[in-house]
Amino acid sequence: MIALGSVDEIPPGEGRTFAVDGDMIAVFRLRDGSVRALQATCPHRGGPLADGQIDLKQVICPLHLNAWDLTTGCSLSGQPDVAVYPVRVDDNQILLGD
Amino acid sequence: MRTRLVVIGNGMAGARTVEEILARGGDFDITMFGDEPYGNYNRIMLSNVLAGVEDESGIFLNDLTWYTDNGITLHTGTRIDRIDRFAKMVYAADGTATPYDKLIIATGSRAFVPPIPGLHRPGRGYHQGVFAFRTLDDTRSMIRYAREHQRAVVIGGGLLGLEAARGLQNHLPHVTLIHAAGHLMNAQLNEAAGETLRATVEARLGIEVVVNGRTTEILGKNAVTGVKLGDGRVIPCDVVVVAAGIRANAEMAAASGLVVERGIVVDDQMRAQDEDDIYAVGECAQHRGETYGLVAPLWDQAKVLADHLTGVNPFAEYHGSQVATKLKVAGVDVAAMGLQAPERDDDESLTFTEPGRGIYKNVIIRGGRLVGATMVGDVKKVAFLMQAFDRGLALPEERAELMFDLGGPSGEVKVEEMADDEQVCNCNGVSKGAICSTVQSGCKTVTGVMDKTRAGKGCGTCKPLVQRIVEWAAGGEVDEDPAASWYVPGIPMPKPELMNAIRVHSLRSVSAVFAKLGGEEDAKSKMGLASLLKMMWGGDYVDERDARFINDRVHANIQRDGTFSVVPQMKGGVTTPAQLRRIAEVAEKHAVPMVKLTGGQRIDLLGIPKEKLPEVWADLDMPSGYAYGKSFRTVKTCVGSDFCRFGVGDSTALGIALEERYQGIEGPGKMKLAVTGCPRNCAEAYVKDLGVVAIDGGKWEIYVGGAAGAHIRKGDLLATVGSAAEVMVLTGRFLQYYRENANWLERTYAFVPRLGIERVREVVVDDKDGIAAALDAAMDASVAAYRDPWKDRDDPATPGQFRTSLPLTVLPQVPVRA
Ligand SMILES: Cc1cc2nc3c(=O)[nH]c(=O)nc-3n(C[C@H](O)[C@H](O)[C@H](O)COP(=O)(O)OP(=O)(O)OC[C@H]3O[C@@H](n4cnc5c(N)ncnc54)[C@H](O)[C@@H]3O)c2cc1C
Ligand code: HEM
Ligand code: SF4
Ligand code: SF4
Ligand code: FES
Repeated sequence: MIALGSVDEIPPGEGRTFAVDGDMIAVFRLRDGSVRALQATCPHRGGPLADGQIDLKQVICPLHLNAWDLTTGCSLSGQPDVAVYPVRVDDNQILLGD
Repeated sequence: MRTRLVVIGNGMAGARTVEEILARGGDFDITMFGDEPYGNYNRIMLSNVLAGVEDESGIFLNDLTWYTDNGITLHTGTRIDRIDRFAKMVYAADGTATPYDKLIIATGSRAFVPPIPGLHRPGRGYHQGVFAFRTLDDTRSMIRYAREHQRAVVIGGGLLGLEAARGLQNHLPHVTLIHAAGHLMNAQLNEAAGETLRATVEARLGIEVVVNGRTTEILGKNAVTGVKLGDGRVIPCDVVVVAAGIRANAEMAAASGLVVERGIVVDDQMRAQDEDDIYAVGECAQHRGETYGLVAPLWDQAKVLADHLTGVNPFAEYHGSQVATKLKVAGVDVAAMGLQAPERDDDESLTFTEPGRGIYKNVIIRGGRLVGATMVGDVKKVAFLMQAFDRGLALPEERAELMFDLGGPSGEVKVEEMADDEQVCNCNGVSKGAICSTVQSGCKTVTGVMDKTRAGKGCGTCKPLVQRIVEWAAGGEVDEDPAASWYVPGIPMPKPELMNAIRVHSLRSVSAVFAKLGGEEDAKSKMGLASLLKMMWGGDYVDERDARFINDRVHANIQRDGTFSVVPQMKGGVTTPAQLRRIAEVAEKHAVPMVKLTGGQRIDLLGIPKEKLPEVWADLDMPSGYAYGKSFRTVKTCVGSDFCRFGVGDSTALGIALEERYQGIEGPGKMKLAVTGCPRNCAEAYVKDLGVVAIDGGKWEIYVGGAAGAHIRKGDLLATVGSAAEVMVLTGRFLQYYRENANWLERTYAFVPRLGIERVREVVVDDKDGIAAALDAAMDASVAAYRDPWKDRDDPATPGQFRTSLPLTVLPQVPVRA
């Protein structure tokens, strides 16, 4: 379990990228208050997923607007799936890992 | 005295029969008794209410005003306890007595609750946490209770049980389905199909399924804590829903002396056996040994009874119904009709299975007619199969066409050959004639007709056919489906309606719009809504940054490598040596990978990392050129009369003035403009969203709706005016009209032809609608609210607004403990 920092670093409905042990992880703060963590780079052409727009279900890559399910990492537009990481908020801290 | 007609039971069959009687001009003094405290609602939609896809208010078929409007006396919440067949009276539980001349019993059925110890509490009905699934009240209390609990067990793996299980998932995380038989939906499906369905339900829906599961006890002292199975297994749960079948509500009739077996026994005219004036319809009736548990048969019964009672056709006869069933669970398609397996040696049978994709298909043919079909996982052919089954249509020679679309003529019924009274929607009993007359009365969209007639609003199988009938009835003049005209995909409203709703409810932020109008947030709609709200509310808009696309969050255009491009404003494409020097210095200082002239006559600095943007803007100290937004971009100009020997108008001065005034205005799409000094058109004004061309005599032509991108179109001449001041005004008015009326991402080259240039001219130039002043005022307000976004640089709007998402090295490094 790794503390990434305060959830206040991510504005509601947006995502931010974090470097964790050499990996890049995009963490999103949904408007219902929960968080999701995905691999940071888009499997399509390497777009920055944290810069994408989200709702409670999906993130849309800013480069070519492909979409992925935030919870399962499954592609919603015929692309390869992305990795998802367990993440939660405890006492305002973003905690990555089980 | 008018004949007194009393109806016991105000459910789907009772109310439908009365509707049919009224439709035939039947002149009765009608009194209805209903045990439930409501008007008549569509019971089959309770599954959709539980699943959260339909609102309670959307399922009412006849509200209380319908009864008063038709002179019907309705006693809701009133149960009839006894019929006196000799005195011709009905007695209600509240002690009242009502005389009748003709009596219809339509008491339907109730949930069958198997005798499982622990289901009931002494003196309190069901144990706390146990529910049946039959009425609106059942559904409401189930939802309320489920929301506060974690695990549900549904007893019964038929149609109702599956729909209940799926719906419950909407309210709690764990659902287990216990089915006593060896495979799901065993009344409709054979074993192979049931097994395919189980695999799909488990894998795709995440519902745990137990077959051959005999529930022997419900556990829990004060509330349910689990169920115990015959093999000793205990499944912990806090909600139990019993969906183990139905039983006709016929006890009251039996106690009153009518002949009752599994239901009230009726003849072919729906008359109760040995009675002259008592009839029964719906699930409480038993006809030729059959009781039904679906709505399609009761529509047929209601028609026959109405024909008979009103005298329209006193000899009308009901001969039983062929039933087809369809599961209303999103993501799991199941339809079944007739036989599950061949019965005779000469029955033809075709089976196709693809277990990996959860597909099982089977059709059974006897004497060239379809006598049974099962489709699991792929129900594309179901509308045709249902019709072939129901009406005994001839089948295609190529039998495989019954299961697959082979590209040849699809075995679809021809709309023009269907009889007017042929039923299209079996769930809601809507005929082809009803659909056609709705179209003729002026409703020409598929969804509009579906709303009005309720066709296609049950299981949904008939939607394609409804669509074809609407198209046929409208003679090819079907209005575009509204979904196509919605402003954004996530909110089901065309733009004017949406704007009105936003105004009425004072919705000032994107999240407020979703909460009030859309239900669920939709990423693909946010940007369009943000643009609209900003236009409507100006300074009062509540700006939620997540509603913006990344370009608008950081005021720069994202590039393929995740860096950004910076284009400073250069009004009319006119610059100065000082400006050029500054840009050059900035480019050097920040080692900008590429400096390029854009198509809009300005200079682009490409490859700037996000975190450097504020610094670059500060060093440039020039306003943003808005090369990134759905907004007013640039005004291209030529050198015009100042320098060009052909020039007849000062195109540069006008271009600069236009850009100065309309800079940064947001809209549904980009707005690219140009002003050119003579018809030689060096600034390409004919192919701009709005292009101005100087012509001889000090006049200016204004063209709108041009484009020269992936789509190429010459603009339409909007007006020819005598002064630059008029160009300024008409430009603002046209742009505002476009902003208010175009759909999201609809460029002017689509918007202008959609409305027609004449219409645009009527509004913008001739002010036929009297809205010119309002358009001008709205544009003035937007102009006044302009603020250079690059001034944001010192004070980020959100934490980490300019934090990089790439590349690795500059990310905040989090210490990792091994
Ligand atoms: C959740 C659910 C989903 C369904 N889905 C489908 C489907 O997809 N397709 C399909 O074809 N069918 C479906 N059905 C079945 C369908 O709803 C019924 O076939 C239909 O409602 C039967 O109509 P009815 O009028 O005979 O009975 P009901 O609609 O039950 O009406 C009977 C009414 O009479 C009242 N009543 C009973 N006794 C008395 C009395 N003594 N005095 C006064 N009033 C009394 C009852 O309170 C009730 O309101 C579904 C049913 C449920 C519960
Ligand atoms: C809504 C209608 C019903 C109500 C209000 C009702 C109410 C009750 C009540 C109060 C008891 C007493 C429980 C006890 O003393 O422990 C009971 C027991 C029972 N009922 Fe019902 N009942 C209904 C429908 C049914 C139906 C339709 C069946 C079966 C066809 C049924 C089967 C049983 C059985 C088997 C028991 C004994 C259960 C036990 O020992 O726990 N009930 N019911
Ligand atoms: S459009 Fe006409 S005025 Fe402008 S540069 Fe070309 S020739 Fe000269
Ligand atoms: S034409 Fe436009 S979109 Fe296409 S590669 Fe060039 S810059 Fe990119
Ligand atoms: S890089 Fe993400 S969609 Fe193309």
